[in-house]
Amino acid sequence: MPAVSKGDGMRGLAVFISDIRNCKSKEAEIKRINKELANIRSKFKGDKALDGYSKKKYVCKLLFIFLLGHDIDFGHMEAVNLLSSNKYTEKQIGYLFISVLVNSNSELIRLINNAIKNDLSSRNPTFMCLALHCIANVGSREMAEAFAGEIPRILVAGDTMDSVKQSAALCLLRLYKTSPDLVLMGEWTSRVVHLLNDQHMGVVTAAISLITCLSQKNPDEFKTCVSLAVSRLSRIVSSASTDLQDYTYYFVPAPWLSCKLLRLLQCYPPPEDGAVKGRLVECLETILNKAQEPPKSKKVQHSNAKNAILFEAISLIIHYDSEPNLLVRACNQLGQFLQHRETNLRYLALESMCTLASSEFSHEAVKTHIETVINALKTERDVSVRQRAADLLYAMCDRSNAKQIVAEMLSYLETADYSIREEMVLKVAILAEKYAVDYSWYVDTILNLIRIAGDYVSEEVWYRVIQIVINRDDVQGYAAKTVFEALQAPACHENMVKVGGYILGEFGNLIAGDPRSSPLVQFNLLHSKFHLCSVPTRALLLSAYIKFINLFPETKSTIQEVLRSDSQIRNSDVELQQRAVEYLKLSSIASTDVLATVLEEMPPFPERESSILAKLKKKKGPGAVSVNELEEGKREGGELNGGGGERGGDNSTIAASNASTPSPSADLLGLRTGPQVSAAPPSAGSLLVDVFSEAGVNDDGFLSSAPPSAVSEDAAPPLPESNELLNKFVCKNNGVLFENQLLQIGIKSEYRQNLGRMYLFYGNKTSVQFVTFTTTVSCPGELHPQLNVQAKPVEPLIEGGAQVQQVINIECLGDFCEAPLLNIKFRYGGALQNLSLKLPVTINKFFQPTEMASHDFFQRWKQLSQPQQEAQKIFKASHAMDTEVIKAKLLGLGMALLENVDPNPENFVCAGVIQTKAQQVGSLLRLEPNAQAQMYRLTLRSSKDTVSKRLCELLAEQF
Amino acid sequence: MIGGLFIYNHKGEVLISRVYRDDIGRNAVDAFRVNVIHARQQVRSPVTNIARTSFFHVKRSNIWLAAVTKQNVNAAMVFEFLYKMCDVMTAYFGKISEENIKNNFVLIYELLDEILDFGYPQNSETGALKTFITQQGIKSQTKEEQSQITSQVTGQIGWRREGIKYRRNELFLDVLESVNLLMSPQGQVLSAHVSGRVVMKSYLSGMPECKFGMNDKIVIDKQGKGGTTDDTGKSGKQSIAIDDCTFHQCVRLSKFDSERSISFIPPDGEYELMRYRTTKDIILPFRVIPLVREVGRTKLEVKVVIKSNFKPSLLAQKIEVRIPTPLNTSGVQVICMKGKAKYKASENAIVWKIKRMAGMKESQISAEIELLPTNDKKKWARPPISMNFEVPFAPSGLKVRYLKVFEPKLNYSDHDVIKWVRYIGRSGIYETRC
Repeated sequence: MPAVSKGDGMRGLAVFISDIRNCKSKEAEIKRINKELANIRSKFKGDKALDGYSKKKYVCKLLFIFLLGHDIDFGHMEAVNLLSSNKYTEKQIGYLFISVLVNSNSELIRLINNAIKNDLSSRNPTFMCLALHCIANVGSREMAEAFAGEIPRILVAGDTMDSVKQSAALCLLRLYKTSPDLVLMGEWTSRVVHLLNDQHMGVVTAAISLITCLSQKNPDEFKTCVSLAVSRLSRIVSSASTDLQDYTYYFVPAPWLSCKLLRLLQCYPPPEDGAVKGRLVECLETILNKAQEPPKSKKVQHSNAKNAILFEAISLIIHYDSEPNLLVRACNQLGQFLQHRETNLRYLALESMCTLASSEFSHEAVKTHIETVINALKTERDVSVRQRAADLLYAMCDRSNAKQIVAEMLSYLETADYSIREEMVLKVAILAEKYAVDYSWYVDTILNLIRIAGDYVSEEVWYRVIQIVINRDDVQGYAAKTVFEALQAPACHENMVKVGGYILGEFGNLIAGDPRSSPLVQFNLLHSKFHLCSVPTRALLLSAYIKFINLFPETKSTIQEVLRSDSQIRNSDVELQQRAVEYLKLSSIASTDVLATVLEEMPPFPERESSILAKLKKKKGPGAVSVNELEEGKREGGELNGGGGERGGDNSTIAASNASTPSPSADLLGLRTGPQVSAAPPSAGSLLVDVFSEAGVNDDGFLSSAPPSAVSEDAAPPLPESNELLNKFVCKNNGVLFENQLLQIGIKSEYRQNLGRMYLFYGNKTSVQFVTFTTTVSCPGELHPQLNVQAKPVEPLIEGGAQVQQVINIECLGDFCEAPLLNIKFRYGGALQNLSLKLPVTINKFFQPTEMASHDFFQRWKQLSQPQQEAQKIFKASHAMDTEVIKAKLLGLGMALLENVDPNPENFVCAGVIQTKAQQVGSLLRLEPNAQAQMYRLTLRSSKDTVSKRLCELLAEQF
Repeated sequence: MIGGLFIYNHKGEVLISRVYRDDIGRNAVDAFRVNVIHARQQVRSPVTNIARTSFFHVKRSNIWLAAVTKQNVNAAMVFEFLYKMCDVMTAYFGKISEENIKNNFVLIYELLDEILDFGYPQNSETGALKTFITQQGIKSQTKEEQSQITSQVTGQIGWRREGIKYRRNELFLDVLESVNLLMSPQGQVLSAHVSGRVVMKSYLSGMPECKFGMNDKIVIDKQGKGGTTDDTGKSGKQSIAIDDCTFHQCVRLSKFDSERSISFIPPDGEYELMRYRTTKDIILPFRVIPLVREVGRTKLEVKVVIKSNFKPSLLAQKIEVRIPTPLNTSGVQVICMKGKAKYKASENAIVWKIKRMAGMKESQISAEIELLPTNDKKKWARPPISMNFEVPFAPSGLKVRYLKVFEPKLNYSDHDVIKWVRYIGRSGIYETRC
């Protein structure tokens, strides 16, 4: 609403609005609006011109009605008229209406643009601002097209008022955001950059937003802004709080401008010029110093403004990552915030510190705050802050504090929010692996992890434990002992059972000496969990059992008993049943040697990127790990799994054992693989091979690498032009079917009734002989029952320049559409040539011409009057319309050309019967040429719909 | 079954709230207000499902009645109940308005307790209700009277009490029909049907047995076979085909099913005896002939002729023709020979009113509509011309043949009863496309 002074208020509008507000129901409101709309229409329609005031009033009412959600389809013209008014309020309402209601309306946009142009070129700053605001509010592509050239000029002109410059800068920013291709800065660049030096702080603030946006797109062009921004920043920072007067906000000089400047600087690397850099460092130091000063006001606005600048400055310091001194100071400053009362500040401090931790200079400094962070993790009320604290702990972790941090995170896991548990678990798993010095600690940690947050432990985590245990000889015994102890808990998580089953199956022998963990005790312990587990775990346990048989022959009978029980051997799950049956057989038939070979200990795994890291990367939670760290992790992981690379040979064993499973899908544990026919049961090995998703890829490559040479043995796809070749022979029986540099194929054919004979002549055009020349004729797909084609064999050798002949016998069994394929293969100078052609056998070849008189013809024509029996096509003539040629073609088609039948002598009519073995299909044809339009109309009727259609298709290509 | 019943005013404030079942919480009241009343007409369906709770609502002027349930109830039953509830309220205190509801809210709660029991609809017969729910203070009734009420309400004939006595036995029968029509501009009937009601007001003594007869085709044909087909010959159309009908609970349905005769012991006072619908051979009382011509982009000429199509001796009343105008109308000039016509901007229509019109007459209106050129490319959708009227005959052709009253116990016979029959045909949705 315009600022309504007493004399300027629009009473009618106020009354209307209060009427609407007083409406008791929707219906009443609609009635009132309809009435008002009718009134406005009659006013706008009225012959006498309205004065500016009433026009403004009615446009305002329309706007109000529109904002209530009703469609307005008139009044645009009046609004545009208002634009040319000299009164501020009228112009303003006009612009308001247009920026709200006008979309790219072709008729009015010109008028509007004109009005805007006038205002832009007027010297009145208020009008210019209104126009600029309108452009920015609409912000459409049309607007950009019309004014993108004009606005930069206004922006940099010397005589433009400051307020207009401000609007122009923001307007340009808006247009740039909607259609960056239209806003070309080019020549204006340096002058826009120099706006940073402007006296007026408002202009600088507006300009800096524009420059930041532009420099993100093309940083090089705006490079010069860095030094200007630095000097501007230093002037602001060093100014006393009273210097900037209007732009001092609660004793902080120009906080918004400072933040924007710092953000602009973050688009660029540290300045190379020493002086500039010195000045900037000085500024940053001053900002840090100021943060230490006692606050000048107790108001929250003061501290907010100050902290906003400080955090931007710290972001800049982190972005530069080159000033150890500053980084450490920033870190200390943040450390203070870690204990601040304000939750938001604590959050921001944690977040910034997370990035600081990745810098080599400040990493140590960050580490000093570990106690505070751990405390935050425990005591913080807000879950998002706790999440940041966890992120920070993860980021600051290294070898020195890993044990402490992992322990803290583990204890936090018990109370952690469900939403972040899975991520926490992954982080703990990674940290434990990355910084593990002693592997018993690692195993302990992970088992603890599974115990505490079993549900959130993803597959990758426990795969990884097993990989590591298998690859490290020194922990195997310890691992076996620990899992054995862990499994003794009355309720343990399924993941724990999986790890336990696997490890005991492999290394149970290492702890078997102890009578408390004798083989039978181990087995009974595992088996006590069996019935509580899901199918995949049970399958794994069965594999562990067969491994037990190998490790401890004394358990054999017990385990066989278990396998033999109905619940295993007749299990409804096919995988379990199969494993039970096969393991039972294996254990009873195979000798110990065989058993020992098949069920040998798993070979170490080849080194790969930790699957857990890959998973965390995928998750990519907020404030997740930077790429740097990940790579570091990978490196360290490499050390950990030591010597994986040396045993390259293992790769093949795994691949081989994997290949024995019928479908090496990425299916975990290979559970869904079909029945395994091979005598060798899937060893426990196959369980883990699938752990590596990449292994599957490998195998695919292996399988598909074999047949590259086989590809060319198959028939080549038909030549693209073979359809054209086919059409050439619809109306004739003899000719050249195909020709290239090497080979020419001639054709000669004759048809009688439903039988045909075709002679193919293969001519060698070169001087070199063709060897292993073979041809095959095939009837693809549906054609097979419709056409019987027999080709006599052809000489396998064609001398240079010679010709060989092949006879093909054809019998038509039923009507058909496709053509048989002829495939020719031969070697020419060692290179295999392979080509496929369509043999020109079409349905019309089996025509028997029928002569009939006019009335006979029309009688039959009428008999075949069902719509599906007729096929009609109207097409343009592709050859000259010569009566004799057409006649020749129709005769070549095989039908009888009937003279004096059609009343119009221009038209052609034909009749014929297609002879197939199964039936005879009578067909009638009528071709009506139109010489003027160079068009034909072709109508075919036959007793079979497919025949009419096919004939019509074939013939339409001929004329 | 119905879990609760709420009555709101137009703002969505709750006037009456009665919850019958525990599964309906207080928040259901707010859910309906927020999602339906305040949805600014976005919700058109009378049944709304919010959070597994169903709301059935009807609107009477500015008052919303909403029945709530969490169960899978018969929606038709719920609406029937809501309509009945409206009838009962009107019978007790007249028009349903916020004012009236506020003034009678004790009474409404009392009624709700009576007609809905744990969500199951009970006796909602106004006559019966009025015997024990009164607006005056209840005179201390004697024990006998009380037990009489109990036995009547719970007895076989719950709608009539015994011992009614009138000096004059009188009977009023109204056949009220509303005729609905959609006609093409060329005068082709696209759809037409009549929905009618037979409303009775009876002031009869004792427990009379009544028998109602009308020219139902099935009955007439049956009798025709019997041999007495005297009056079928006299005038062309004598019987009508009734598509479907429903009866007041007093009608013996078994007898209707077997003999198709309507016999009943009537309630005292006013009630609706039956409802029916016919679709064949409808007498259309008026024919509307529209003529719309567009003269350029800024002008529209409309001419509408109405023809009355019934006996010249009959008079139609309250005739109103509503001619929609385009949305960009800026001025209208109307000329009509009869009645008054006016352009109502708030309704975007020309309304032409004629007080009275005899049969077989015709009348005409012509209007010039000026249009404001708009930049909108949408064409005017040309809504149909609608009409309202009232005629003193039944457009379906229904005729009351007899209404016999037998009261064996008291000494008055069928001839002593004074009977009045009246036919009123009104327009329902009576539209002609233009």
